[in-house]
Amino acid sequence: MKEQHCFHCGDTSKVYINFDKKQFCCNGCKTVYEILNQNNLSKYYTIESSPGKNPEKIKNNYSYLDNKSVIDSLLEFEDDSIQMVTLYIPHIHCSSCIWVLENLNKLNVNIVTSQVNFSKKSVRITYKKEFITLQEVVVLLCSIGYDPYISLDDSKKSTSKKDYSLLFKLVTAGFAFGNVMFLSFPEYFEIDEFWLNMYKPFFRQIMLIFSLPVVFYASQDYFLAAYKGLKHKIVNIDVPIALGILILFTRSVYEIITDTGQGFLDSLCGLVFFLLLGKFFQQKTYDFLSFERDYKSYFPIAITKLVDGEEVAEPVHKVKKGDRLLIRNEELLPVDAILIKGEGYIDYSFVTGEANPVRKKSGELLFAGGKQTKGAIEVEVSKSMSQSYLTQLWSNDVFSINKQEKLETITNAISKYFTLIILLISIITAIYWFVVDKNSVINSVSAVLIVACPCALALSAPFTLGNVLRLLGKQKMYFKNAMVVELLPKITTVVFDKTGTLTQREESDIIYKGTQLTEEELIGVKQTLRASNHPLSRILYDHLKIDAEKKTLINFKEIIGKGIQATINDINYKIGSAVFVGATAGNINETNVYISINETVKGKYVFKNQYRKGVISVFEKLAANYKLVVLSGDNDGERKYLEKMLPKQTALKFNQKPVDKLNYIKNLQEKNEQVLMVGDGLNDSGALAQSDVGIVIAENVNVFSPACDAIIDASKLKKIPELLAIGKQTKNIIITSFILSFLYNIVGLSFAVTGQLSPIIAAILMPLSSISVVVFVTVLSNSMIRKYLR
Amino acid sequence: MGVIYVLITISIIVAVMFFIAFVIAVKRGQYDDSYTPSVRMLFDDEVVEPSPKKNKS
Repeated sequence: MKEQHCFHCGDTSKVYINFDKKQFCCNGCKTVYEILNQNNLSKYYTIESSPGKNPEKIKNNYSYLDNKSVIDSLLEFEDDSIQMVTLYIPHIHCSSCIWVLENLNKLNVNIVTSQVNFSKKSVRITYKKEFITLQEVVVLLCSIGYDPYISLDDSKKSTSKKDYSLLFKLVTAGFAFGNVMFLSFPEYFEIDEFWLNMYKPFFRQIMLIFSLPVVFYASQDYFLAAYKGLKHKIVNIDVPIALGILILFTRSVYEIITDTGQGFLDSLCGLVFFLLLGKFFQQKTYDFLSFERDYKSYFPIAITKLVDGEEVAEPVHKVKKGDRLLIRNEELLPVDAILIKGEGYIDYSFVTGEANPVRKKSGELLFAGGKQTKGAIEVEVSKSMSQSYLTQLWSNDVFSINKQEKLETITNAISKYFTLIILLISIITAIYWFVVDKNSVINSVSAVLIVACPCALALSAPFTLGNVLRLLGKQKMYFKNAMVVELLPKITTVVFDKTGTLTQREESDIIYKGTQLTEEELIGVKQTLRASNHPLSRILYDHLKIDAEKKTLINFKEIIGKGIQATINDINYKIGSAVFVGATAGNINETNVYISINETVKGKYVFKNQYRKGVISVFEKLAANYKLVVLSGDNDGERKYLEKMLPKQTALKFNQKPVDKLNYIKNLQEKNEQVLMVGDGLNDSGALAQSDVGIVIAENVNVFSPACDAIIDASKLKKIPELLAIGKQTKNIIITSFILSFLYNIVGLSFAVTGQLSPIIAAILMPLSSISVVVFVTVLSNSMIRKYLR
Repeated sequence: MGVIYVLITISIIVAVMFFIAFVIAVKRGQYDDSYTPSVRMLFDDEVVEPSPKKNKS
């Protein structure tokens, strides 16, 4: 029999709601179906099956969206009658999503148009502002399961346009290359035909005109880079390239003006085109990822402020010291504040890496970045956002350092020697021809410099790295740029974060210790847990796989910080801390929940963070070649377990605050270690920025990830040893292709030093060497990735 | 054979026109999103009638 799935979201469920001859896993899904069906949008379900998202109960309160300054900061465009806004919707994943979101006007006539950008997962909505507010638009989106994600980061209003300058340069060079090749074709055959000879000057002049934008526009980056390099006394790869372009151009101009030859304009345009092609290929960007996120992407855009007991939405950046704020359940606190009223259960896992929420009493200080997990609280702001504990981490210098500037790429390392050798050869050639035949000195020296122009050499690395990036991207390993791959072979130490990186965020491994509970007792425990909102209660509730009908609890009580108790069928259940149930406390660093029934202690549930699959093998594979460290913001309750599980030499550090992690890595680097940091949350962001390569493990690559060099899907954590091996292999491939391109240069040089370099030889040699090197590195890197990742 | 001047000039003008058209297209953002339009064009505009139920997988 076919397995049953929810018609809307595709989830399986024990109990289905039947409606309209279809099955739904919950009322939420059914409601979305109803809304869409009533508006003739049921085609949503025929484009893709089960496209929907289980609409969570409206967890966010969008009331802040009626605040004028908040709206203004989000709007992209506004005039007398319409407003336009672009919203980021993480759930966009299939063609049904595009269809339904672009048909929003059928749901509400006041929406004028809506346009989806699938790769950015955003939708741009234009609506009539007199009839519908932004808040209503957002609530409408939520009602069909497409909750937009609005954060403080959105308020910058920057619609950063893609930079197309490289594309324009590439197109210019390609355009000129094609036309110049075409026009110089007759000359390749050196036909001494009357008509052709008559048009030679005309053709040559057109070629010259075509090559002007190539030299002065398309290749300006090379001149600039060469100039910058020489200013810092570095001979980078751009120096011989710029020199080659310059010589090619001046010699061609000279030959054409004096009518002594056709010049090398075809080779010149081809050279620039291939070089830019390499650059373009290396520049792989992922629209849906951001490698630059800071705390702003996590923070809400507005918060509820209490003014004389009235709730007012206030943009976060306007919150001042002394303001009273209302933080609802599941809301994030954006500032440092003092708890005034209510029970604080603050989840700091994002900031510090601590796995379990911390209980706070009124009068205690709460730090920005904590998430309230139970009920609403009232706080008084003690520091404005820019001065809070969390945001101060971002003022640390490491966030302003550009890691790539420190790196000397393989290409540049080699080009130093390359340029020296070329200069030496041209001097020797000059001396030789000066003795033999003074007239051909300039001719042969310029030929040497033209041939030596390291086109194939300059293409090796970009094409290899670009190809590796692309292939890794297909495997859900997204790299910020090619430099990161070049840095991988240098790594000597690998540092892991624990919570969220080695462990899974939500699921915990739960072990029961004590007297076996009967089924009736288990049902009772589960019913008692149902009433509680404590995070541990919820995890335990989900863990107990037993059907519990809803029964009225008598005498249910939740004693904050201790536990819960209830009476069902005259049986008294107590669930909570050791003291609460009257048991002797065990290891205080373990997270335990004790159960007592009718005042007899039955046993305890021990919560262990669940480690991701393959963690042990990752450590074992890495142990042979790298120093390993685990840095955790959590307490050391699992030290023994980790010591047993991981290789002996692994260093374990617990209770590490974000700044401690940063400093720890700094210390390692001072001891000449090259550090790879693997982390996940905001608490690692300092360490990620400080490390040489910072990799973020993300459950869902579309949602949160702090600034880093690479984002890896959580399922690929086990591939980290392979990733490092790929880094090393990539370096080898680049070196091999360097040798190949040197061979081409030697062949070309043998023509040049003997004074035989004709335009046709240059025109054949240059593209041939470039293309064969590109094919060579592409084939090698493809087979390498296949070997490691399959 | 003087016509070759005319022909080459025309051909270059045509080529440059296409080049400019491409640059304008890129600048107006026609290449900003290369995926969504490919899906969008497959959607029909017809009013949805109560159609026979589609089989679920």
